[in-house]
Amino acid sequence: MLAYIIRRVVQSALVLLIVGLAAFSMFRFVGDPIENMLGQERTTVDIERLRDQLGLDEPFIVQYVKFLEGAVQGNFGVSYRQGRPVSDILVERAPATLELATVSCVLAIAFGIAFGVFTAIRRDGFLANFIMSTSLIGVSLPTFLIGILLIYIFSVELGWLPSFGRGETVQIGNWSTGFLTASGLKALILPSITLGLYQMTLIMRLVRSEMLEVLRQDYIRFARARGLKNRTINFRHALKNTMVPVITVIGLQLGSIIAFAIITETVFQWPGVGLLFINAVQFVDIPVMAAYLMLISVMFVAINLIVDILYFFIDPRLRVDRAGGH
Amino acid sequence: MKTTSALTLAAVLLATTAPLNAETLRWARSGDALTLDPHAQNEGPTHTIRHQMYEPLIIRDISGAFEAALATDWAPKADDPNIWVFNLREGVTFHDGAAFTAEDVVFSFERAKQPNSDMKELIGSITEVRAVGDFSVEIVTDGPNPILPSNLTNLFIMDKDWTEANNTVDVQDFEGGELTFATTNVNGTGPYVLQSREPDVKTVMVRNDAYWGIDQFPMEVTEIIYTPIQNAATRVAAMLSGEIDFLQDMPVQDLERVNAVDGLIVKQAPQNRVIFFGMNQGADDLESDNIDGANPLADVRVRQAMSMAINRDAIRQVVMRGQSEPAGMIAPPFVNGWTAEMDAESSTDVEAAKALLAEAGYADGFSIRLDCPNDRYVNDEGICQAAVGMLGQIGITVNLDAKPKAQHFPLISGGQTDFYMLGWGVPTYDSEYVFNFLVHSRESEIGTWNATGFSDADLDLMIQSLASNTDLEARNADIATIWRTVQDEQLYIPIHHQVLNWGMSERVGIEVDPEDQPKIKYFTMN
Repeated sequence: MLAYIIRRVVQSALVLLIVGLAAFSMFRFVGDPIENMLGQERTTVDIERLRDQLGLDEPFIVQYVKFLEGAVQGNFGVSYRQGRPVSDILVERAPATLELATVSCVLAIAFGIAFGVFTAIRRDGFLANFIMSTSLIGVSLPTFLIGILLIYIFSVELGWLPSFGRGETVQIGNWSTGFLTASGLKALILPSITLGLYQMTLIMRLVRSEMLEVLRQDYIRFARARGLKNRTINFRHALKNTMVPVITVIGLQLGSIIAFAIITETVFQWPGVGLLFINAVQFVDIPVMAAYLMLISVMFVAINLIVDILYFFIDPRLRVDRAGGH
Repeated sequence: MKTTSALTLAAVLLATTAPLNAETLRWARSGDALTLDPHAQNEGPTHTIRHQMYEPLIIRDISGAFEAALATDWAPKADDPNIWVFNLREGVTFHDGAAFTAEDVVFSFERAKQPNSDMKELIGSITEVRAVGDFSVEIVTDGPNPILPSNLTNLFIMDKDWTEANNTVDVQDFEGGELTFATTNVNGTGPYVLQSREPDVKTVMVRNDAYWGIDQFPMEVTEIIYTPIQNAATRVAAMLSGEIDFLQDMPVQDLERVNAVDGLIVKQAPQNRVIFFGMNQGADDLESDNIDGANPLADVRVRQAMSMAINRDAIRQVVMRGQSEPAGMIAPPFVNGWTAEMDAESSTDVEAAKALLAEAGYADGFSIRLDCPNDRYVNDEGICQAAVGMLGQIGITVNLDAKPKAQHFPLISGGQTDFYMLGWGVPTYDSEYVFNFLVHSRESEIGTWNATGFSDADLDLMIQSLASNTDLEARNADIATIWRTVQDEQLYIPIHHQVLNWGMSERVGIEVDPEDQPKIKYFTMN
């Protein structure tokens, strides 16, 4: 058991190292940050001085090792574009992304489950069919198009909601929150719908098919035969059993919501880490790109690790396998 | 009836003389200032934000002419051409109430010459700045410098005491990630005071009611909210939905759409930037062409033929949707040395181009790679694509290689390109700046953007002598001679002058600044 966990942790660390190495070697193809950093009056001397100062003339393996050394100590270097420590910038930007991801997640789960249950129970109803077919549009349209469409309808044409930014924020310690102001809450609506739409459709379809599966089971038929109310059958008996696989998927989707926030944040000028990353790519801000990619891979690796370990506890067959039972 | 109109008139008069209403200007563009330290970075959007809060000795007005800011007048010293005397404005205070004196000017120039400063190149010729009295300074240069004032329009003045009290005498080490007090705090003499700043998110400035020019300029905007919006579609949407009053970096394809909306207008002016192609004429053989052992671009007839093949009007109409002015020389009209005749020296004549090419021995043409940026200038890649077709008409096969600016510009500074696109602005409004970077032979400190391999020792000497030639007539004659050579040699192929578009609500009154540096103190609000 302990050996299994240790092995998984070591594997995860190895994955991180490889992801970092791949990312770092790719940075060389993004371009040269020097030209972006110096004004047009720069001289050849300036270029050489800066390249030397940033260590950009060293082989990328050396740069990577230096990055790892710093990263282990929580030091991700200095942003080439903003001239500030990357860790400061990340701390500053994280609340925006986390709040957006949380709201999107809550929306996706609430509406996903509600619509899923509804379309399963009323599988032939007009409204259920309507929801099912509109959800197809939600899945097939790219995120940026949905974002622009929402901006066009709700900001430009109707003028109800802001087209960009976070609105007013309130600072609580290191955390800036948009939850406490009216403009902050309004600003959350469009981006969270854009970001959560795909996940919502996914959850809805999953809930619907699981629910249909469960509703066909014998114990539901017996429950009906016993004369239980439909509401009790659907929500107490059926939904509960539907939720087991759904919860697993939701857990995994949380990671991708944070990672996919890049596009939504760019469309809505949402000042989170995704927008930071896009800015960094355009400016060849290597320290920011490296830190962001490492953070995202740490997140995914951690989620997978936790899920694996949880399976180990939940599913006894895994343990039997390890003991060489078969 | 009469009393009401009299009352209205009184109200209008009151409103115009002393704007009491709070007027907020919501302003957006694609990027944010990199830092607030006045001397740490030399970059357009960064200067633009600083200009609202800090002031240099001299600024430029919308026509490009000098306007007195912290200096009231300036002239070379009568008996010594190496010295410029600047008389300073009296009664000016910094945002914290401290008085502005010559001491602050001396201090700021010394600060701007520090190694970490990005402004040091612009004032490299200055050897000493000394105060002569409380409101007069002498700037000593290492030889006469007739265009010194041109280099000072973005050199901001800080308060010596404030800077010392807050331990921020050293310029921020931007590349080293240093954060200093001056990076995030501002104490200038300018018309607006910093209220809050979140880098890349929002910067708020409020009117400085103690500003020396409060009665001289409209100063109708009481609060500025500056938000960078990176995505072009979102930027336009924010303008259309009325969340923004003033927009820079308008996408060309949305101009008509914005103009068509009630209450919104787009104003245009030629920008201080020429787009052109450079050609490697100095190499013996080119890597990216199909001719062995010779360099077709070394022949001036080939370069002329290429220029003649390019239909600038077609590029203007099709690629730029009318948003450009065809160019014949690589300097914008307001630059000293520009002439209408030279700017018109670019006509399209495909037959003559073919004949010239044949005369040069390339009747069958040749093939070459064109390096082009795709995220730097307005429709840069589209211009290159158009050029590919036009050069194809005279038998030159062009392989287009378009990439992001972060990959394109290193090719130019590393001399790894034979045929490339570049754009150039002239912040000093004098041709010397163009020659220093684009015409002078490439050396470590000069000619740094000249990737053509062109080198002419006599011309180099003439360019160097411009810096200290105080006889303006003779100097202008030299400038004309140098331009003549550049034109006759077809050193570059000029394409067009970029046009600048500012989108604004009809409430906002302002004309477009060719430097793309709006100064909000000139704005009116209805």
